[in-house]
Amino acid sequence: MENDRLLDIRDLHVVFDVFGGTLKVLDGVDFTVRSGEKVGLVGETGCGKTTTMKAVLRVLPMPPARVTGGEILFKGRDILQMTSRELGQVRGEGMAMIFQDPTAALNPVFTIGKQLEAAVKYSASGDKRLSGKEIRQRAVEALKEVALPDPERLLKNYPFQLSGGMRQRVCIAMAVAGDRELIIADEPGTSLDVSIQDQILRLLRRLAEEINTSVILITHTLGVVREIADRVYVMYAGNMVEMAPTKELFSRPLHPYTVGLMAAVPKLTGGGIADGIPGRIPDYLNPPVGCRFHPRCERAMPVCRTDKPRFVKVSEDHEVACFLYSQEEEGT
Amino acid sequence: MSADLLTVSDLKKHFIVGYRGIVAREPITVKAVDGVSFAVREGETFGLVGESGSGKSTVAYTVVGMYKPTAGDIAFQGQSLYGRGGKRRADLRKEIQIVFQDPGSSLNPRRTIKDIVGFPLRLYGSNGDLQTRILELLQMVELPADYMHKYPQMLGGGEKQMVAIARALATSPSFVILDEPTSALDVSIQAKIINLLLRLQKEFHLSYLFITHDLSLMRNVASRVAIMYLGKICEIADAAEFFRNPYHPYTQMLLSSIPVVSDEEEALKPKKIASLGEIPSPINVPSGCSFHPRCPQSKDICSSEDPAMVEVEPGHTVRCHISR
Repeated sequence: MENDRLLDIRDLHVVFDVFGGTLKVLDGVDFTVRSGEKVGLVGETGCGKTTTMKAVLRVLPMPPARVTGGEILFKGRDILQMTSRELGQVRGEGMAMIFQDPTAALNPVFTIGKQLEAAVKYSASGDKRLSGKEIRQRAVEALKEVALPDPERLLKNYPFQLSGGMRQRVCIAMAVAGDRELIIADEPGTSLDVSIQDQILRLLRRLAEEINTSVILITHTLGVVREIADRVYVMYAGNMVEMAPTKELFSRPLHPYTVGLMAAVPKLTGGGIADGIPGRIPDYLNPPVGCRFHPRCERAMPVCRTDKPRFVKVSEDHEVACFLYSQEEEGT
Repeated sequence: MSADLLTVSDLKKHFIVGYRGIVAREPITVKAVDGVSFAVREGETFGLVGESGSGKSTVAYTVVGMYKPTAGDIAFQGQSLYGRGGKRRADLRKEIQIVFQDPGSSLNPRRTIKDIVGFPLRLYGSNGDLQTRILELLQMVELPADYMHKYPQMLGGGEKQMVAIARALATSPSFVILDEPTSALDVSIQAKIINLLLRLQKEFHLSYLFITHDLSLMRNVASRVAIMYLGKICEIADAAEFFRNPYHPYTQMLLSSIPVVSDEEEALKPKKIASLGEIPSPINVPSGCSFHPRCPQSKDICSSEDPAMVEVEPGHTVRCHISR
């Protein structure tokens, strides 16, 4: 079981040193991705989902960010301990990231061809040297993969000549071009319209299945996760609060935060919207002691104010970090 | 049935974005809104849905008076908003207010909440104590009184939007335009704002023009829904009917592409219609029915002739050749 873990984040702590104190953002994050698996990471703005993934790619600006504990194992090797040479290899061949805003992710002064060919070149499996012609050929294939018309002409275009949906397809092409093992997609459809988002998600799912890549999908929209992921993590204020297979999470959410979040989503069945979750996300300078959710939780108990809940297994593959469910474990 | 409060008839708003040619300069126009008609009844929430670039915000800005219409008319309680010489009537300004999408940019960062909420009161010479009225408004949107002296950036996104709502209600309007009031917010905060808006509607008998791209949200707030595509309305129906029995292929496509969270909702979606292509540039609107290049059921007539609005059932109108 341990061996099929492609990415394994263990007890990751990240803080940001800012004027006036230290923001304790990630507070012991555990997260795993098995090979070939599609994992969703859901949470609201500012919960640390992007920070976690930036730590994985080691693109967090340091300073102000600082990793104060934990490890990030990619195929058994700790990314945090890697030399820049090893890191370059992992980034090129091991994983790729698709960002939320494709306009900001593409360089406006280079053609699509230049950027896509660079992605192909540095991802080339092993140390096999590819000729310029082969690289171009692969770039064209990648554009065909993402269903873009007339790829030869597109390679000569600049990003501004493309629409938002097309730009995101180019970004996906860059990610899938090099047979990488892990694709991290950070809100890939959020800046696009629903019909285009739907196209992008379907494309991502098809490609992931075709080339058997692992995918981490970061989003704040629960519905999007349900469409794609096999397994979902729910994150709140720098902690993972619940993890379950997608079907189970949507039919039996356990953590009060997950339950509140699900209730707040407007449903197509109508009947109004539940009142949401009171309060707002805590201040990271002085986060609440114990469970970080307790000030907003309707079912908070005295223990929640003092102790930090750990993940407990409630069933096979369904874990929740909440004291409401930890008694069950003590009983066994 | 309640009376119509606001009637928009054949509204057009065209923008000249540049010129073509050197000698005979021919203007390049964007037909952002191109012949839109609808009526908002008293006390109802009229939903206007569309993708980006469909012209839904332009409709809002024209109704509130930020733009002058190119053609067509807007009437409030049966009276045109435009008097002689096409000048906007000042006496109806108080009645029509707006809440914008992004409270971060619609609130002046250098003004306190008191100044922001009090501005429309000073502008319209409110009688009575300004301070008391501001407190009353803050209370209405469930904000604590000590927020008066705070600045917008000290507030969370949801709280900022509450301030924007308080400002819109300051002149006691009867009609409020909500332009994507929650799309910049997280779902847990969205729920709170929506429920606040619905409560205020009941309490003050407000009519809303609710603009959003989120159809699931629309299902929960609107009494009637209109869907816009490239400056035109393609379907209007009662909310329940709209979601149960969508006629227009564009409506069906949008409904089938919403990500949902339960199997019950999945069952309500029309059969999966793969969306094709993207919304074309409003500078080069396709001929005939503007949706035909993306329509899976497009016929010959669709590319040559623009369909008219047809009532398919009482209160349910569609602009499409195939639904006849």
